[in-house]
Amino acid sequence: MNKLIAYEAKNTPIHRLSGFTKLVFFLLWCITSAMTFDTRVLGIMVLAGAVILIISRTEWRQVSKVFGAVLFFMTLNLLCIFLFAPYQGCEIYGQRTELFHIAGNYTMTREQLFYELNVMLKYFTVVPTIMIFLVTTDPSELAASVNRVGVPYSIAYSLAIALRYIPDVQEDFHRIRNAQQARGIEMAGGHASLLNRIQRTASIIFPLLFSTMERIDVISNAMELRGFGKHRRRTWYAARPLSAADIAVLICAVLFTAAAFAVTFMDGSRFYYPW
Amino acid sequence: MGPSGSGKSTLAHCINALIPCSIPGDITGELTVAGLHPQEAGVAGMAKKVGTVLQDTDGQFIGLTVGEDLAFALENDMVPHEEMHRRVAEVADTVQLTPFLDDPPGALSGGQKQRVSMGGVLVDDVEILVFDEPLANLDPATGKSTIELIDRLCRERHTTVLIVEHRLEDVLHCDVDRIIVVGEGRIVCDLAPDALLCGDTLERQGIREPLYLTAVKHAMGTTGSIRPEDHPQHIDTMNLEPYRSAVTEWYQKMPERTASAKGDPLLEVRNLTFRYDAFSRTVLKQVSCTICRGELVSLVGKNGAGKSTLASLICGFYKIQPGCGSILLDGRDISPLSIMERGERIGLVMQNPNQMISKPMIMEEVGLGLTVRGMPEEEVHTRTEQALKICGLYPYRHWPIGALSFGQKKRVTIASILVMEPELLILDEPTAGQDYRHYTEIMEFLKQLHDQTGLTMLMITHDMHLMLEYTDRVLVLADGELLKDTKPSDVLTDPATAAAACLKETSLYALALRCGIDDPAAFTERFIQYERSIGHQHGWQT
Repeated sequence: MNKLIAYEAKNTPIHRLSGFTKLVFFLLWCITSAMTFDTRVLGIMVLAGAVILIISRTEWRQVSKVFGAVLFFMTLNLLCIFLFAPYQGCEIYGQRTELFHIAGNYTMTREQLFYELNVMLKYFTVVPTIMIFLVTTDPSELAASVNRVGVPYSIAYSLAIALRYIPDVQEDFHRIRNAQQARGIEMAGGHASLLNRIQRTASIIFPLLFSTMERIDVISNAMELRGFGKHRRRTWYAARPLSAADIAVLICAVLFTAAAFAVTFMDGSRFYYPW
Repeated sequence: MGPSGSGKSTLAHCINALIPCSIPGDITGELTVAGLHPQEAGVAGMAKKVGTVLQDTDGQFIGLTVGEDLAFALENDMVPHEEMHRRVAEVADTVQLTPFLDDPPGALSGGQKQRVSMGGVLVDDVEILVFDEPLANLDPATGKSTIELIDRLCRERHTTVLIVEHRLEDVLHCDVDRIIVVGEGRIVCDLAPDALLCGDTLERQGIREPLYLTAVKHAMGTTGSIRPEDHPQHIDTMNLEPYRSAVTEWYQKMPERTASAKGDPLLEVRNLTFRYDAFSRTVLKQVSCTICRGELVSLVGKNGAGKSTLASLICGFYKIQPGCGSILLDGRDISPLSIMERGERIGLVMQNPNQMISKPMIMEEVGLGLTVRGMPEEEVHTRTEQALKICGLYPYRHWPIGALSFGQKKRVTIASILVMEPELLILDEPTAGQDYRHYTEIMEFLKQLHDQTGLTMLMITHDMHLMLEYTDRVLVLADGELLKDTKPSDVLTDPATAAAACLKETSLYALALRCGIDDPAAFTERFIQYERSIGHQHGWQT
């Protein structure tokens, strides 16, 4: 299966936490990371993320693909910032310490380097926590958790259903593609015109669409027959009651966020610059 | 029961209130189910009293794990967490799924899936269970245990059970109190099984009666009929005394079946071994078989036995590793050929026609394989028309595909393969999920096609009638090995082989044994021979 990132059952303190706790932690973590430009706070967050990653016994093979992709986009982002706003750092920190001249209008400044370092750190604070969240949270529990933080259950459940049906639709796709290929519709490469390519894609997409619609029809009848949408609330089989550890983590997360905000805004600006 | 379009599913949908709450319509008259009026109670209200198990077991799973799926109705009812887990555990025990609670439903076998669907409605302590074609997607052996489970639930829980089904013989495996026959929107009759089986209602409605009864009726000819007091409901308990001599005489009088002459080998599979990757299990082990020109062969075996894998390998969807055997077409190794090149000589018809059709118009769809190969428009047109004529679709050639019935769509997909003039046609479950009328329509068409063109066909199937009546030879795969390569009647009169392939022995076997006929396989052969010679009179004709 070519899944990008997948839950794997393991018995670690992180796996044992309720999905709700992990989701709240993740959201707080993201908000903090988005707000602060304080290198000290970001540094602590990166370290904490690494520690959690180790505790959760996440293996490299589980996340390597996603990690590679994120690294690629991060590099692209950092390059773009420099190309389009080479003096963004100077504007923010109100100083200009030139290091060396590159070409034309581009001069590398210490402020810019420091600013981009912070942007990079932000990536490194968020990415591991996303991965931990996805790799250690049972997908069944995901919908329950999403519902618990206040998202209506119909939306939370569509998420669960989508997860449930992705492998099936994938399988349909392979089956249809094979059969169409046998009929002579080559999918990969070739020297086809654009119009031809569109036609070929259509020869898979339409059958896939129709068979998926058949599925939706059956599933929505099945859900209705078993009382979905009857009440304004519902309970969740996969939800886990909060344990003492959950409460502790939630309290820590809130305290940490408060502390991070305090440190960040102490000196009146969310941008920290030591020089 | 009743033929398709008779209104039996419509009636079932009125009981669980899908009609008119989800599927709108006009209702007159009065309907009371367990003291409720479905129209007023709504789908959710009726769900407390009536549990419905839909036909498509794969399609009705909602939860990511078996446990969640069983709990779905309870979740929607806001049952507290602990009570929910307790009730799910109870139900899992009833339907024997306790070890699978944390597994995804998709990973289960057909029978286990069926039990998940049953468990999902049983958590609600319903008074009435409605099964909509519960046997449609099951192999015969699993169908048998499903009926046994339904029977047990009915007796232990005192639940009223309503089974909508047209596989009469399979349903009658356990005792049924009454059979209501629906035809053209009306109740045709409402009788005890023994009485119904003796009349001619089934024949008139195009429902297939149990095979052993057909055999007895053939043997009796016009000299007599089956009487209800002999309890024809089960072959094992039926009083055969009045019929035994007639059956034996008929058997001796019938000519032996003549084997049709075989052509040259067309497809040869040699020592084929296959696994998807180095870590997975071996799906096929040293499989060798030959299919000759003009043959009609069925490929059977339970889910996961390797049937689809074998077909995929023949079509080139997966590559055979060096040293793991070879596939020869007309004596030549086809490993260098691409999927597309093989597609010109080996046609594959998928189970669900909707997964093949990509064009809105019939002509376009059927000609697609030729158009993409760059054939001149005129020739495409001629060949398409010809294929449409063979498939009986010529009058509809300018129709949009959306206006066709399921069986006609199936023919469109067959026509779209035939235009390429393949030498071998592989059909994946050509009749799965079809009622007897559509089954006969599709199979009679394929038989006619075979007789007219001599096209070689390989059919992947679970259907015992199909392999018995329409194919000359059967390949039985079990756990990746070719277990048998023989006549269909041999497989279906050999309990051990039948069990290995998740089939069950035909009731003709039991009939022959109970009548003291020493060669049940020969009896079955002669019966099929006779059936073919008189045509499928009690079936629905194309």
